[in-house]
Amino acid sequence: MHLAYPAVLSTLLFCTGLYGVLARRNAILVLMSVEVMLNAVNLNLVAFDVWLSKAAEETLHSGQALTLFTIAIAAAEIGIGLAIVLAVHRNRGTADIDKLRDTAEGHETDGPDSDARTAEQADRTGKAEATA
Amino acid sequence: MSPAAAAATAAHSMTTAAAESHGFLSPTGVEIAFLLVGLVTFGAALVTVTTKQLVHAALWLVVTLGGIAVEYLLLTAEFIAWVQVLIYVGSVVVLLLFGLMLTKAPIGRSPDADSGNRWAALAVAVAAAAALVWVVVDAFRATWIDLGGPAAGSTEATGASLFQNWVLPFEALSVLLLAALVGAIVLSRKAKTEKSSPPVNSRPATGSSPSVPDSRNHPVERNGSVKGTESAEQEGGR
Amino acid sequence: MTTTTLAVLVPLLPFLGAAAGLLLGRTAPGFVRPLAVLPTLAALVLAAVIAVRQGGDQAVDAATELTPTGSVPIELALHIDGFAALVAVLVGFVATCVQIYSTGYLRDDPRYPSYAALVALFTSAMLLVVYSGDLIVLLVGWEIMGICSYFLVGHYWETPEARAASIKAFLVTKLGDVPFLIGLFALATDAGSFRITTVLGAVTHGGLDHPTLIALLLLAGVAGKSAQFPLHTWLPDAMAGPTPVSALIHAATMVAAGVYFIARLLPVFEASQAAMIVLAVMAAVTMVGSGLAALAQDDIKRVLAYSTIGQLGYMTGALAVGDRGAAVFHLLSHGAFKALLFLAAGVIIHAAGTNSLAAMSRMRDLRARVPDAYWTMTVALLALAAIPPFSGFFSKESVLGAAEHVATGHTEHAPGVAGWTILVAGLLTALLTAAYAMRLWLLAFRGRGTEAPDHGRQPLTMTVVLWVLAVPSLALGGLAYRVLPDWFDGRDLAPTLTTSVLGTGVALVGGIVTYGAWRYTASVAAHSPIGAVAAHPEGDAARVEAEAIASHAPAYGDVASAPDPADPGRLLLGPLHRHAAGGFHLDAVYTALFVRPVQAGATLVRFLDREVVETYVRGAGALPRWLGIAVRRAQTGNLQTYVSALLAGTVVLAVAVVLVATGA
Repeated sequence: MHLAYPAVLSTLLFCTGLYGVLARRNAILVLMSVEVMLNAVNLNLVAFDVWLSKAAEETLHSGQALTLFTIAIAAAEIGIGLAIVLAVHRNRGTADIDKLRDTAEGHETDGPDSDARTAEQADRTGKAEATA
Repeated sequence: MSPAAAAATAAHSMTTAAAESHGFLSPTGVEIAFLLVGLVTFGAALVTVTTKQLVHAALWLVVTLGGIAVEYLLLTAEFIAWVQVLIYVGSVVVLLLFGLMLTKAPIGRSPDADSGNRWAALAVAVAAAAALVWVVVDAFRATWIDLGGPAAGSTEATGASLFQNWVLPFEALSVLLLAALVGAIVLSRKAKTEKSSPPVNSRPATGSSPSVPDSRNHPVERNGSVKGTESAEQEGGR
Repeated sequence: MTTTTLAVLVPLLPFLGAAAGLLLGRTAPGFVRPLAVLPTLAALVLAAVIAVRQGGDQAVDAATELTPTGSVPIELALHIDGFAALVAVLVGFVATCVQIYSTGYLRDDPRYPSYAALVALFTSAMLLVVYSGDLIVLLVGWEIMGICSYFLVGHYWETPEARAASIKAFLVTKLGDVPFLIGLFALATDAGSFRITTVLGAVTHGGLDHPTLIALLLLAGVAGKSAQFPLHTWLPDAMAGPTPVSALIHAATMVAAGVYFIARLLPVFEASQAAMIVLAVMAAVTMVGSGLAALAQDDIKRVLAYSTIGQLGYMTGALAVGDRGAAVFHLLSHGAFKALLFLAAGVIIHAAGTNSLAAMSRMRDLRARVPDAYWTMTVALLALAAIPPFSGFFSKESVLGAAEHVATGHTEHAPGVAGWTILVAGLLTALLTAAYAMRLWLLAFRGRGTEAPDHGRQPLTMTVVLWVLAVPSLALGGLAYRVLPDWFDGRDLAPTLTTSVLGTGVALVGGIVTYGAWRYTASVAAHSPIGAVAAHPEGDAARVEAEAIASHAPAYGDVASAPDPADPGRLLLGPLHRHAAGGFHLDAVYTALFVRPVQAGATLVRFLDREVVETYVRGAGALPRWLGIAVRRAQTGNLQTYVSALLAGTVVLAVAVVLVATGA
């Protein structure tokens, strides 16, 4: 099989994920896009491993091993990432990345507090509705 | 072009014989299948990053990841393909769906799914894609993979390699997973104690709205438990 | 000890006293009064010893060159002739009296230590001027006096009048000092030395190339220091300082320095006929103008200030007719009675609680409250009005006699025009002097109306000094006019019959006319009550005076005059009163001539700085600021934007690397 097919596919998937990371507003969608990018890399690793393991006499199957590691690390990353997103959502009442602008020029310092307060209130009303 | 050229020459010397027997415009059946599945995968990925419905994005992600698993199979990496299905399709997407639900993502079309950064992102992505495709095609246009013979990624071959050559990184990885487990719990617990301790303390005194801390704790606990099963699944799968 | 050593000690002792007083003023307040009085007293004793040793004989000259100073050598030189010896005694005497008086006058003043130290420094500087035989050393003392007068006139710096007066005194005297400095350099360049003896030697041999220029330049400095027309305007305003400082400035230091300087270098001025004419005209204008102005003043101290200007006019007049003996004689007697007048005025202001003659004229029995001041001031006013046999009579007659001598053409030193000018102006001034002395006395001590407030007896230090000063005011002239020629040039100082009769006659006429006018206006005074007194009459004299000065302008509308219809001066001067009260609008002229152009120039410079220079600065700053604003706008806080920029940069770099690597 032509090596260019998996290589180009992985490139296109990577750039698609890149677009998603840069353009998506919801943090969880950003995490999905990150998964797409990781999978593009995995595809690349597997394709090259297959090619090299057939071409070379001795092989360590390093591409496949690394793919497994990447999958494990990606799983850990998605867990931690979701925990962070949830924590942010609890504190700020939003998971929208472009609303988390604490580092912006001229950002007033008491912003997060008031945000947190409103978020808490919103949370409470939401919870109240849920329990009702 | 020097790194790509070097790789190309190296690859060329190794695959001269194969190159003779394959025409560029005469695709084999595997290549056609790879191309079709790749188009589906790419399309699904595009829909994933562009759809306005958040839950649909997760579902299209399933298609993308499944397509990649098929591509693994076509590349004779069967073990990786099953791990991909188990972990990504089976657990990561489920986790993401939980995340969507817990952050109260709207169901149905949400017009503000894309941020104002969209056009800049599109420009960067297209430019990156153009540059990468150009380089990759230029480097590997005369390289073929020999898919004949024993499968390169069978469970036997992968397992032998993993537990002979990669056993130490494998064990280190389990420590990393443990650290991630602990980290996720700590992140959740910290927020819980800070936020919910006053209501917990005041509960016997005031007796007001016991559901508030409970409902707040649930996502964290569920998240942790999902996390635990997921990493256990990973261990088992491996 | 040799006379030279003693002479060095005379200026040095007050200087050391001033330094010690400044150092110990805060830590050891108990030493301040002895440190103020004793060095000055010691300087007086030493100056007297030197005067006795010198005895009018050959001048004592001593010089040491500390370091080579280029083409014209500067030496630490002493030159003590009869003039120097006697003026030093006067300076020491008045300074001692002022220091003793100040211990009572500024009894409760928290700034007394620095005040006493500055007075001592002032005295030291004047003694340096008197004894110095080198023009640069003399200039040092001259400028130290300038800065001391600035600090002392501004002693009540809480009041705006004192602040304005101190700055005015400093600036106006400096206005004269700049030409003075240039004149000194020109003189030294022409004569080849700064030594006074060398300069005088060069003058007698006709060694000066530009005598008129040099004399006129020096005259500007003298006019500034000695308060001669047209640079006299600082002196009346300097009354915003404490009374002892006024006494010191007017009697012995500062204003005496200018006259003394001309007396020292008289041959330089005599070398130029034009300079002598200018000096004579200056003296005449000063005399008459100040006499008229003094008649219109309401502040008792401003009356005395204008009288000082007038008496200094007599001295410069004597110099203009080439008789420095008469000038220094008048300087000595004037120093005694003018110090007495000021110190007595200080006592009166303290007792009355006001410095306004209009207010005093409505107080009954003020003389009973201050008997010492009453009697001594009467003596001093008689001396001022040149009534025989008081000392002012003899010194003033010596001046008039010298003028007559010149006017009748008996000398080749000075032009006859100068003699006539001085003689006529001097007689006119004698009339005016008697008139304002009479007015001062009548208004201060013959007031009618409510009884004067009683604040108890004045401090002993203040009253004893008055009697000490009354002795020379009374007797100095009569005793000295026979002895002094031995100390001076040897010219006769005895009064001549013509001028004596004329001078005493016009003085009597002035006094009687004023008395008549007062009798006429005194009946009006009862109908127009006027006056304001200090808020804290029980405080020490300095505080009462400061409050009186500060309240004069708010109470009467002006620092100089009061709208008092019962003022005999108003009756005598008629329509001239308004102009005389304001010093003949010289301040307005200066405002138009100097202040406005300077302020306009400052406005122009400010405009250039703000609008032109600043534009370039702003332009240079605008570009970085705009860049900064642009960069700041990029800091949106949106992570995706940041990452987009980062990746775009990465792509560009990667493409660039690939292009470079392929050689494209």
